Amino acid sequence: MAKNISFTIRYWKQNGPKDAGHFEERRMHDIPDDTSFLEMLDILNEELINDGKEPFVFDHDCREGICGMCSLYINGTPHGKTERGATTCQLYMRRFNDGDTITVEPWRSAAFPVIKDCMVDRSAFDKIQAAGGYTTIRTGQAQDANAILIPKDDADEAMDCATCIGCGACVAACKNGSAMLFVSSKVSQFALLPQGRVEAAKRAKAMVAKMDELGFGNCTNTRACEAVCPKSESIANIARLNREFLKAKLAD
Amino acid sequence: MWLINSSVGRKVVMSVSGLALILFLTFHACMNVVALFSRDGYNMICEFLGSNWYAVAGTVALAVLIAIHFVFAVILTLQNRKARGANRYAVSAKPDRVEWASQNMFVLGIIIVLGLVLHLYNFWFNMMFAEFANGGMAFATGLSATDGYGMMQYTFSCPVYTVLYLVWFAAIWFHLTHGFWSAMQTMGWSGKTWFNRWRCIGNIYVTLVMLCFVVVALYFAFCGSCCSATC
Ligand code: SF4
Ligand code: FES
Repeated sequence: MAKNISFTIRYWKQNGPKDAGHFEERRMHDIPDDTSFLEMLDILNEELINDGKEPFVFDHDCREGICGMCSLYINGTPHGKTERGATTCQLYMRRFNDGDTITVEPWRSAAFPVIKDCMVDRSAFDKIQAAGGYTTIRTGQAQDANAILIPKDDADEAMDCATCIGCGACVAACKNGSAMLFVSSKVSQFALLPQGRVEAAKRAKAMVAKMDELGFGNCTNTRACEAVCPKSESIANIARLNREFLKAKLAD
Repeated sequence: MWLINSSVGRKVVMSVSGLALILFLTFHACMNVVALFSRDGYNMICEFLGSNWYAVAGTVALAVLIAIHFVFAVILTLQNRKARGANRYAVSAKPDRVEWASQNMFVLGIIIVLGLVLHLYNFWFNMMFAEFANGGMAFATGLSATDGYGMMQYTFSCPVYTVLYLVWFAAIWFHLTHGFWSAMQTMGWSGKTWFNRWRCIGNIYVTLVMLCFVVVALYFAFCGSCCSATC
């Protein structure tokens, strides 16, 4: 049975990257605890609009944990605290108690400037991806699926790496503002497959160079990223990226 | 040069220099343990590592290694603070699996450098330096500069020094429990299985090395002078 809870929501308002920003507060009454966190924010926005106030801006799209758009730092944890990885859109109000104060902040990292309120600019990730996160394929007749045999373990591992949705929670959690978990997952998803090996060295170098250029920090292996990743990416990916990068540089 | 220009390269420099320093600590610990068994044996090592070209070359190499590790740590820390941005979170919850040491490597490093200054003043200054500058006589004790055993008795007879050294050892232990596996991870020699293995190996290894230092310091603090000929 769903029960209703009342709580205070403390949300970040900021007019663009240069604005100092501040918190605003609102008391929310009788919210059923099977409401999703984003639905709760929709209710908040309806109330704000009815009061003639400016609604609270946040990113969201699929609302089913696959697109990577939602990105809220809730009570000190990216995507909010759950036992197993989940995105903000997969967080439900039953995680909270009656009378709580819930603090909502944007991802705070120099490489992710605030666009408005809790919506941040994550186009840096697109640029890293564009620098090498692909395989060059001559289009034409698709080849037979069994033409290149891939061990099941490798295929699974590559798939796990590919489930990174590019949400940026890893950067948000990292005290160094490092994007290594994202970049290493994107490098790994190809490095593990024969089709990706062809450009592996070039890819590792290009993506790391882009990451550095865009102002992400140096990874110091604190593991804060893997603790908050909604897709449970492992820092084993980071070791793999280091390996790929070192191999590529030593071969130069 | 990618060792300076790229984030992974800079981390590799930290890892290689860090691992080399762990190796040095291992030798140093082995050497100290000799003092538990034989005064003459220990002093022989001190003489061997005194005022001769290979010991001086080794000291210089070590100093360069520490300087590289330190300078890179400062660069990395400054870059990382910049990457973090000017805005801090109002609320932040630390996940359980994040080790305390991993978040405080720089602070631990500063404590270690301060301890190192004290250590150089206590020993190197009265030993290798005194051999060159004070005619082979330790400044603090007036003993022979190669009498490392006497220097240990002298230093650890003061409880303040003993406590300071123990704090220093604890800081090094914390620093290395993270540093060891972190170095392996950065060099790419890790993965899902080896991550746990390196952490386990690192913790045991580092604890053994640091225990050697602690035991020797405590030995000299509590029974160093009772069996000594010089006091
Ligand atoms: S690695 Fe995890 S936290 Fe980082 S962008 Fe990918 S899904 Fe998000
Ligand atoms: S809105 Fe698409 S992952 Fe959350």
